[in-house]
Amino acid sequence: MTGTTPTPATPAPDADAEAVYQLTVNGTAHRVEGTRPTDSLLHVLRDRLGLPGAKNACEQGECGSCSVLVDEVLVCACLELAEAAVGCEITTVEGLTPVGAEPGDAALTGTVLTDVQQAMIEAGGVQCGFCTPGFVVAIHDLLDRVPDPGPLEVREALAGNLCRCTGYGRILAAIEQVVTVRENGR
Amino acid sequence: MTPALASTGVQAPPARGGAAAGARVGDSPIRPDGTPKVQGRFAFASDLEADSMLWGRTLRSPHPYARVRSVDVGPALAIAGVSCVLSADDVPGASTYGLMALDQPVFARGVVRYTGEPIAALAADHPDTARRALAAIVVDYEPLEPLVDPARSAETPPIHPDGNVFRHIRIEHGDPAATGEVVVEGVYEVGMQDQAFLGPESGLAVPDGEGGVDLWVATQWLHEDRDQVAACLGLPHEQVRLHLGGVGGAFGGREDLSMQVHACLLALHTGRPVKMSYLRDESFVGHVHRHPARMRYRHHATAAGDLVKIEAEVLLDGGAYASSSSAVVSNAARFACGPYRVPNAVVDATVVRTNNPPCGAMRGFGAVQVCFGHESQMDKLAARLAMDPVELRLRNALATGDVLPTGQRVTGAAPVAECIRAAVAHPLPTTSNDGWLDHPGGAGRTAEPPRVRRGVGVAAGLKNVMYSEGFEDDSEARVRLSGGVASVTCAVAEVGQGFVTIASQIARTVLGCDAVVEPAGTVGIDSAGSSSASRQTWMSGGAVLQAARQVAGQVRSALAERLGVVPESLTLTDDGWIVGAADGGAVGALNMTVAEAAGDRVFESTAVHRHRRTYPLGEGGQGDADVSFVFAAHRAVVDVDTDLGLVRVVQVTTGQDVGRMLHPTQVIGQIEGGIAQGVGLAVMEEIVVEDGLVRNPSFTDYLIPTVADTPEVLATCIEEPEPEAPFGAKGAGEPPTISSTAAVAAAIRSATGVDVTRVPVRPWDLI
Repeated sequence: MTGTTPTPATPAPDADAEAVYQLTVNGTAHRVEGTRPTDSLLHVLRDRLGLPGAKNACEQGECGSCSVLVDEVLVCACLELAEAAVGCEITTVEGLTPVGAEPGDAALTGTVLTDVQQAMIEAGGVQCGFCTPGFVVAIHDLLDRVPDPGPLEVREALAGNLCRCTGYGRILAAIEQVVTVRENGR
Repeated sequence: MTPALASTGVQAPPARGGAAAGARVGDSPIRPDGTPKVQGRFAFASDLEADSMLWGRTLRSPHPYARVRSVDVGPALAIAGVSCVLSADDVPGASTYGLMALDQPVFARGVVRYTGEPIAALAADHPDTARRALAAIVVDYEPLEPLVDPARSAETPPIHPDGNVFRHIRIEHGDPAATGEVVVEGVYEVGMQDQAFLGPESGLAVPDGEGGVDLWVATQWLHEDRDQVAACLGLPHEQVRLHLGGVGGAFGGREDLSMQVHACLLALHTGRPVKMSYLRDESFVGHVHRHPARMRYRHHATAAGDLVKIEAEVLLDGGAYASSSSAVVSNAARFACGPYRVPNAVVDATVVRTNNPPCGAMRGFGAVQVCFGHESQMDKLAARLAMDPVELRLRNALATGDVLPTGQRVTGAAPVAECIRAAVAHPLPTTSNDGWLDHPGGAGRTAEPPRVRRGVGVAAGLKNVMYSEGFEDDSEARVRLSGGVASVTCAVAEVGQGFVTIASQIARTVLGCDAVVEPAGTVGIDSAGSSSASRQTWMSGGAVLQAARQVAGQVRSALAERLGVVPESLTLTDDGWIVGAADGGAVGALNMTVAEAAGDRVFESTAVHRHRRTYPLGEGGQGDADVSFVFAAHRAVVDVDTDLGLVRVVQVTTGQDVGRMLHPTQVIGQIEGGIAQGVGLAVMEEIVVEDGLVRNPSFTDYLIPTVADTPEVLATCIEEPEPEAPFGAKGAGEPPTISSTAAVAAAIRSATGVDVTRVPVRPWDLI
């Protein structure tokens, strides 16, 4: 857009290239139409499938606001091509369910909080809340892999999730609360 | 897991949700918006959508200073899916806007003054179409030599019709010729910090089909935005209705307009809803930043360590447009001497225009920059006097009744010494050595433990609460009691700070029932003022309190009438009960909540809270410019890798003047979050601007603290109720950011012996 020479417009994506495929998100198969091969998983989740829980804040995999699980691996949805996730189990914050509930259980999803979600609210880990869904997914992932993480393990695991409001203190307090409650429940 | 992750000196009561009993002022109830936020259901402005919605995008200047010979939007309009392209000729109302001076064009006409200045905006059916269409707009620029050095602004030919100096303030207090037995001088610099809120600038504009528009937007001040947007659209206020979209953080960066006018123009032109949501690179040029500062200080003291005089020169780079620069420089001038008794002072502060990115509000504005200067000087003075830096600060600490360099006497709480003592009373951290993340450099595993040096530093600061210099930032609130539930209507921008929690606590406390806070907007309620200057708890909390008390009074009168007694025979308690007056009388043992007494009748009242009058600075920068002051002190502990110049901030402790904590957990959240931003400014956060170009507009290159960078925080809140404040509560948002940066810098000096004169401290400054 600089200088005096007209910049040619980038060619429009070939309409034939528009893809039709299925994505399995939170236990439900979704038919995805009219997307472009370059569409990120984040774009498809938010703007095609009506799942805005994963947030868009950096588009570079730096902030973790779009954290989701693809086949139980924590990823930044902004860095994943949607079409590459075909055949995978995708879990977003909307699909997190309390222990004992079935994934996608409509009666529970949206009305009952997981222990991590509950602790984040109670401990004061939520301020503006923009990073919160990403943190909730990442904390579940951490505690599923490491039930009793040490302080350094927690910091390493969550260093990919930026929060600008809390300074992380109350988020760490929330994790501590979850670990304690889970230990007492065992 | 060990409990050492993070702790605080303040024991918050356990959080309780829902039940009114545990959700009053002083408790820590859960946030009313907490559940949708943890579930991903909370609608942030960037999540909004509407049927047949178009996507808007902005074309921005790639040059810091250039003539614009022509703009050809034809090639963009020719692209299928593009609905309209607008530029300067399409603005029907005022062509410029601004918070304090209307000097910023909606779209550049004839000239661009900073890299990123909007030139055109367009609406298309898909974000990708919009992106391609932007690239098709042809702009013919003639680049000019940019003015990028603020020290040259005053003598350079004006780059804007309003001139190159936004404001100059000179404060002369006491005897300008006074001298001290001991004199220390220093020159200090603060880099450009970004608010880096995570939720990008976003909004959805929906035309109403009758020439008006509704805008859902992430902002800090709905009514101010409404006024500016309506002026640019050439519409009366009632045709421009703003509604708060979910706000993903603000920290000052949403005080100025960003996409508001552009989205409304596009919606009105196309007749369709238009969504605009910046990506991160656009966000970095789409909002103002913290002013970079250059400061020269000279402190005079007696041999015993009493301050005699402070001389300060402050130069702030305001960038291309005025924004809130005139208020920022005023804060810098008024607080240049720090929270100390200073009998004589000469402060000269200027903010100028350049072709750098516009600067404006960020948490603690003006006070943050000068705090690094005055606290560096206090350490220098202590060293010269061979005195303990804490002792020197305590010796000179401001207290209630003292007079500031503006001539204003501090009449409210001023527990400066208490803050300092509390900050240093916390235990120092032990050297843990329990893992590589504990060393400077973290995952880089670079540090050799014997080459790591630990240092400790202390700093103190102050700032005003509320707007100053005669500005009347009133807030209006309405409380309605119906069916046993109170609803609060107030146009406060909830940006994450938790006003929605505080407002419902206040209503519950006064009326003894559950309370909900209605969505914020400009329709049907007057302004609440900005979510800035640590002011909403005081101002809008005060309005909610007043309205709720009026409702309680109505209920009492109605009950008295029903019982056939005079209202005075019934007493309203501070915690929402109506009881029979002490002498018993006709009422006997009556004891019920206000809400119970209301029964099925509906009561409603609206109140406006005003703070005491303030005055502009007059001759010699003198005047009662402020409502109230808030103070904090910080102690920082750092480890420095002396080979590579890497710094790890190990611990920050604080004593903070809060007046009274209305929600202890939220106060701690403000303290921990504010300290993280102060640590960021000290060691990592800087917008690098070269020849007017932002070189690091991404979270890859502009680093904010992660959980691995953030220190342990130990906090003590000093609760000395502020006489004029509702519930005695001062604002808590800004003090954590003011002196934490200076404390970290002092700790780095003590670890390394290097005379740190600039923040953020970079590795090459230390080796």
